[in-house]
Parts: sequence; structure tokens; C-alpha cells
Amino acid sequence: MKQMKWNELPHAGTVLKAGNANEYKTGSWRTYKPRWIEENCIQCLFCWIYCPDSAVTTKDEKMNGFDYDHCKGCGVCAMECPGKKGNKAIVMEEEGK
Amino acid sequence: MTTTEKPMTLKSLTHKNDNLSGGHRMCSGCGAPTIVRQVLLACDEPVVIANATGCLEVSTCLFPYTAWKVPWMHSAFENAAATASGIETMYRSLRKQGKLKKEMKFIAFGGDGGTYDIGFQALSGAMERGHQLLYICYDNGAYMNTGIQRSSATPFGADTTTQPVGSAVQGKTQRRKDLTRIMAAHNVAYAAQASPHNWKDLMTKVKKALATNGPAYMGVVAPCNRGWRTQTNDSIVLSRLAVDTCYWPLYEVEAGKWTINYDPKERKKPIVEWLKPQGRFKHLFAPGNEGMLEKFQKLVDDDWESLHKMASAFGAK
Repeated sequence: MKQMKWNELPHAGTVLKAGNANEYKTGSWRTYKPRWIEENCIQCLFCWIYCPDSAVTTKDEKMNGFDYDHCKGCGVCAMECPGKKGNKAIVMEEEGK
Repeated sequence: MTTTEKPMTLKSLTHKNDNLSGGHRMCSGCGAPTIVRQVLLACDEPVVIANATGCLEVSTCLFPYTAWKVPWMHSAFENAAATASGIETMYRSLRKQGKLKKEMKFIAFGGDGGTYDIGFQALSGAMERGHQLLYICYDNGAYMNTGIQRSSATPFGADTTTQPVGSAVQGKTQRRKDLTRIMAAHNVAYAAQASPHNWKDLMTKVKKALATNGPAYMGVVAPCNRGWRTQTNDSIVLSRLAVDTCYWPLYEVEAGKWTINYDPKERKKPIVEWLKPQGRFKHLFAPGNEGMLEKFQKLVDDDWESLHKMASAFGAK
């Protein structure tokens, strides 16, 4: 994220670029990291609809991974993941291990 | 968009724009951004958002950055409803003058502090004047943003920093205010309670509320792991338990017609199942406080019974 100089700031408290918070990476907040195990995934998309950080990515109506730049590692996706035959498709693993 | 005709599925929703970007600074595992994402995904027309001061406002819009991809405005703590009223009135005027052709919708977001307490007067006024807007309160049951001070939405017995557990009192001594009913008593076009765990119910309610020709109010339970003293991964679990214990019943009031959207019947869980995982209710399980647990259960049961009475008296015939 590039720091703005005072004369580059938009006037009157307006923000003109929609969704530019995306440039700010919250991935460094994480202590635990979600890992996707594709063979256990039934594509229910619960992880996607429940993610508070819009950090579950989709392509062609299917979950296809995580946006680790913004995932804060809360673990809601892993908690709500029904998995297949009792095996979760998302597991939380400690960062840096 | 043709999503209103087809049955709403998560697969079909993935084609829509996610209008809240990542990179906002809401706490890890917060319930509120999940609610906002679901609400924005339910909108088919362009929307304009007014936001009361609160966690959601300060954490999604840190100048000069915003997580919102839709027009959004914040002015003060007490006036999200008044701000939205003004925007909606300007829109109607521009339409009348022929300067604007587009169909647009208006939503105001507020936390329970900005809705139940500080913004209550503005909200009541906006509902009474009949603006065509939807006010959504994400209710986490205290002033979480400023450090967990009690609000009139704080449940009975909860430990807050302004009514802490000590030798004289054991948390909040009063029960919470039932704002959804107060809004229904304004004879608004639509008033409802929803929970993020039931995304389909929440999104259907948003669609209904935006389609009504008048003011609408929605109260949504928003678990807060900081204030509720819980884990970061259980916001959806706790919102589900709030509904299954009937602490937060899912119901709607459509032009005076009361409907209970989800009745757990014999699967209704005892309130302790919702209280136990939350650190703010820890003291209720200490010896000597059994009476408080009984009182909490009675409050929930009485409200649930009274809701059933409303639904049978003023429900669909």
C-alpha cells in the first residue's frame, strides 16, 4: 500500500476509489492458516458465504482456494465445513510450521 | 439480474459482485462483515448505504481507503436513518424532475448502540415518515467498538465494562429491549429478525424488504468474539444457537401479518447451550447464580410464547 502525501488526499473526506481497502493486506494478522483439501470438498460453498473477509475465492461456481493476502485466519470456514464422510475439506494449521 | 425468478443458490450467487472487499479491519471472525456481504449479494438494483458510527463504519472506511464498492456515506453516530432519509428524498426529487431514471435502493446500517440507543430517535422518525429505505441493525449486544459498554440491546446478566460482574451486581440487571417489536409497532411495511447462519432466510428477507413500498427494518444477530468472549471461529455456530435456543427467533412482520420463519419445536435448545460458550456469561454458572439462569430461560420462554400468540392472532389466516 502506497502512503499518500497530504496534497494527494481526496477533498472533503471522500474516497473516490471503490473497494480500495483491498490494497491493504490483512493476511499478516493470521496465526492459523486454512488449508483446502480438494478431495474432501463437496462444493457446498458455505466457506464462501460465511467468510467475513471475502477471502474464499471462486471460479465457475466452485470454491478454488483462499486469498491469503486478506484471510485473517479466523477459522469460520473450517468450522462450518461439512466435508466428506466426516473428513473436513478445510483444516486450520499454525502459521510458520 | 434474474436471480429473483430463479431459486437462490450459492452457486448462482457466486456470479454476483462481492461488494465488500477484503482488507477491511473488522476483527478476525467478526459476524458483521458476513452479514454485510450477504445483504449486498441480495441486492439486485444499485444501492446507496448510510452507516452509523460503530465497528462497521470505523473498520471498513479508514480514510482514504474504503472496503465498500457501492456508494456509502457516514456522518455521525445518531443519524444513519436521517442520512438515509435525506438521500432517499433527494432521489425521489431527482426522479420527479426527470434528472434520474435508474431504480435505486437505500439501506442504512447501524450497530445496536447506534440503533437501539443513540440513533433511536432518527430511526423512529424515518420509519414514521415512511421513507422507502431498509434499516439493518447488526446486533452484537453492546458498544463493542469503544470497549464493550452496555447498551439497551445487551442481554440480561451479560458482563460489560460499564456493568461489570462484582460483589454488588452480577452483570446487566435489566433485560434487553425488543427493538424489532418496537419497529413493528411503527406499522412499518416490513420488520424482521434474521441470522447470518441462515443466509437464505436473511437474503430473502432483504429482497422482500427492498421490494416493499415503504420503510423496512431488520435486526440481525451479529456474534462478536471480543465482547462475547468466545473463539474467533464460532460466529456462525453462535448465531445458529441463538436461533435454536429461541433467544433470537427468526420472524417477520409484513404489513401487520406476523410469521415465524423457523420454529425449532421439540428441538428447541435450553438457553444454557448458547450462554455456556460465552465468557461474558461465565459468572452465571458460578454457585449461587442458578436463579439468574432460571430467570434468563424464563425471559426467553415468555418472549417465545408471546411471539407465538402474535403469530396466531395476526398471522396468515
